[in-house]
Amino acid sequence: MSTTYIGTPASRVDGPAKVTGQAKYAADYNVPGLLYGAVLSSTIAKGRIRRIDTRAARAVPGVVDVLTHENRPKMAENDKAWKDDVAPEKGSPFRPLGDDRVLFNEQPVAFVIAEDWETARFAATLIEIEYQNDHGQTDLEAARAKAFVVPKPEKPRGDAAKAFASAEIKHDAEYFIPTEHHNPMELFASTAVWEEGGKLTVYEKTQGVQNVQRFLCNVFGLKSENVKVMSPYMGGGFGAGLRPQYQVVLAVLGAIATKRPVRLVLTRQQMYGLGYRPATIERLRLGAKRDGSLDAMMHDATAVTSSFEQFSRNDTGWGDLLYKAPNSKHTHKLAMLDVPTSSDMRAPGAATGVYALESAMDELAVALKMDPVELRLRCYSDKDQNENLPYTSKNLRECYEQGAQAFGWEKRNPAPRSMRDGSELVGWGMATGVWEALQMPAAVRIALSANGHAEISCAASDIGTGTYTIMAQVAAEMLGLPIENVSIRLGDSSLPNTPVEGGSWMAATVSHAILVTANEIKGDLLAAAKKINGSPLAHENPEDVVLSDGSIMSRKNPSRTVRIVEAMREAGLDRIEKEKTHQFEQVKGYVHNTHSAVFAEVKIDEEIGVIRVTRVVNAVAAGRILNPKTAGSQILGGVVWGIGMALHEETAYDHRFGRIMNANIAEYHVPAHADIHDIQVIFVDEPDGRVNPFGIKGVGEIGIVGAAAAIANAIYHATGVRVRDLPITLDKLNR
Amino acid sequence: MASQSAESIAVPAKIEVSLTVNGVAAKLQVAPWTTLLDALRDHLDLTGTKKGCDHGQCGACTVLVDGRRVVSCLTLAVMKDGAEVTTVEGLAKDGVLHPVQQAFIDHDAFQCGYCTPGQICSAVGLIAEGKAKTPEEIRELMSGNLCRCGAYQNIVAAIRQAMEARS
Repeated sequence: MSTTYIGTPASRVDGPAKVTGQAKYAADYNVPGLLYGAVLSSTIAKGRIRRIDTRAARAVPGVVDVLTHENRPKMAENDKAWKDDVAPEKGSPFRPLGDDRVLFNEQPVAFVIAEDWETARFAATLIEIEYQNDHGQTDLEAARAKAFVVPKPEKPRGDAAKAFASAEIKHDAEYFIPTEHHNPMELFASTAVWEEGGKLTVYEKTQGVQNVQRFLCNVFGLKSENVKVMSPYMGGGFGAGLRPQYQVVLAVLGAIATKRPVRLVLTRQQMYGLGYRPATIERLRLGAKRDGSLDAMMHDATAVTSSFEQFSRNDTGWGDLLYKAPNSKHTHKLAMLDVPTSSDMRAPGAATGVYALESAMDELAVALKMDPVELRLRCYSDKDQNENLPYTSKNLRECYEQGAQAFGWEKRNPAPRSMRDGSELVGWGMATGVWEALQMPAAVRIALSANGHAEISCAASDIGTGTYTIMAQVAAEMLGLPIENVSIRLGDSSLPNTPVEGGSWMAATVSHAILVTANEIKGDLLAAAKKINGSPLAHENPEDVVLSDGSIMSRKNPSRTVRIVEAMREAGLDRIEKEKTHQFEQVKGYVHNTHSAVFAEVKIDEEIGVIRVTRVVNAVAAGRILNPKTAGSQILGGVVWGIGMALHEETAYDHRFGRIMNANIAEYHVPAHADIHDIQVIFVDEPDGRVNPFGIKGVGEIGIVGAAAAIANAIYHATGVRVRDLPITLDKLNR
Repeated sequence: MASQSAESIAVPAKIEVSLTVNGVAAKLQVAPWTTLLDALRDHLDLTGTKKGCDHGQCGACTVLVDGRRVVSCLTLAVMKDGAEVTTVEGLAKDGVLHPVQQAFIDHDAFQCGYCTPGQICSAVGLIAEGKAKTPEEIRELMSGNLCRCGAYQNIVAAIRQAMEARS
């Protein structure tokens, strides 16, 4: 029996539950006496509710209550209570049914609670509302002049404006990424259930149960011990579930008002009233010498936020990580519109900012008549120039090499429109990706039973990322148990503290929490083993033994072992339980990032304008890969998102009314089966002893970064047409 | 809906519907506006079938009705009186996973798992139809089932494995 699991392609431990329909999501808890909620959403973007008449709705048989800003139960009156763990620093968070103000379209303005869902939804249509319409602004272009600068960490280097003005080769262009919505497959849902003693359990769609738990306690003035938030499974997050969404507030309001359990499931349309990737205008100015070395880099981004909160992420500054340039200056602006607050969405800032940067680098390569990979190698930076620090590891060169080789890049004819397959134009493009390798403090509890079974638990969520599986692998290996003997409990706010699941930090975070807690268990087991008469481990120290293959084993002399179950039996231990928090040491003198090189092939039928992404190779350097199967799926998914971003995704507004025209999952195009062809993922070997003991960097975001640019660059190569506003739809190729 | 008087509003009366779901006969009292999806989830507590859009756009609610794949959110329960329905809960037999279910695990054909019941039911229906032979045809005929996690490539590999095992 071997208990080596880290780095093996283990199948998901939650797989059987997910393929049989046993995995329960937030709307899957059918409890006795359950009531069903339906939201009525605003139809204006800005104004006030002058009059709201719910009499007809209340008269429908089966309707139990109708809540509006006029009659809802009490909620906190101060912004502090409404600020969740990841709320923007500046601003006043949205309060559903807070008052008569309308701040965005699709804002909840009434909440109907009925004995069944159909009745609730029908009754909601009977509510009459009279608005004062103040005609909100939803157009970034129109609000651009009023955008204001937000401070960002990167500081100017040298004199970028001067260097750009005198550069031998200049590139100056503006790129645009429209608003995009996460559209996880699961509708946002909450089921609020009263337990004995007036305690409240909320089954919730969230990436952070403890964040929601604290938020609900603050908003409703509830005691922490009386509120539990559960999310053992989540049907896709992508950032949409980092902050508590309004449906959980309404579900709890409903439960308080009716004193019964209440479920609220938003409609797909209503999910367009939640967060989104902000529309962003990105101006890139690159100044280079004829040999391809960069003199100046200027990146100016203007992104959307709401009228009431300032959400922003780093679109700019990624170039300072990737490309040597003595002069650099960036600005980041926010434009406040009458829309919900923008939010994190897969690789926030990088997906958009690196799209613009890598498109600009491609344009520069064209201007220089240089191969785009060659240009990136000439500018390759071994330092983060913002921090003036080297990387804990950076095997991006290997990403370029291995990616190019797997793709067959050397066969590329650099001339646009030079490659064909029958009647189709063929284009090959590439781009670089970069993300941060983040890690957070977290705790886990390990309970080892005398029968050799261990349960590992913490409040983390597995949002499809594979957290259950990699935790089982790490725990089994650290405890020396077969993986079948390890069970994982997640998504329960009463379990040990973990951060929200996001930013690609969870793999490193929970793995090290397991490592330190398993070491405590090992200490107890060794102490127990020493009590055995004539113990072969009598003179061993905890650091000199490992747990392996069901035994406590001497490192120096692996023949000296004691079976774990035997040690526990001899010591009279039924169970060893430990809970320990792991704090990462600050990585001093280094920065830590993941990198990738993305190569894409497109085929374009010019007559009908169809663009297909026929091949993608994504070569990723992300430290130690705990599970190439689940990590590979993360990268595959990221590439699919990149294809959506490049070709399909756009939340389309009618600015006259401030309404979204495609608030559904058919007219907001996300990639479907037929859009996805051959995607190859390569994990470049990248040992990293500096970032953390395991050398883990995380893979949730890096897969999307650079993917849209690689495709956009391939489309230019195929057609000779440079489209700088996403998505690249067929009409834009012919304008 | 302007100024409708309270008296004029009535919800429709319930109708008895007989279904055989996963081999078990069930009689339900449902309103005519209740979809097969909501009947399965809310009346029969079969929550494996998921709601992703309620508009027939995403395929998460796909089930097999008399062996054919349908989106249960666009199917009213009363329309299917007497029908045999198979949901994701009814595919495994005697604790052994259906070959499509096993292939989904083998190929990591899901991440969050929310579209998975629909993908699996759709794949079982697709294989029974016998039209799709190539990966390109599988992709085309599975395009009614969206997967936002982007597991498409692995789903196609899983379906191919299950198809090959069958033939």
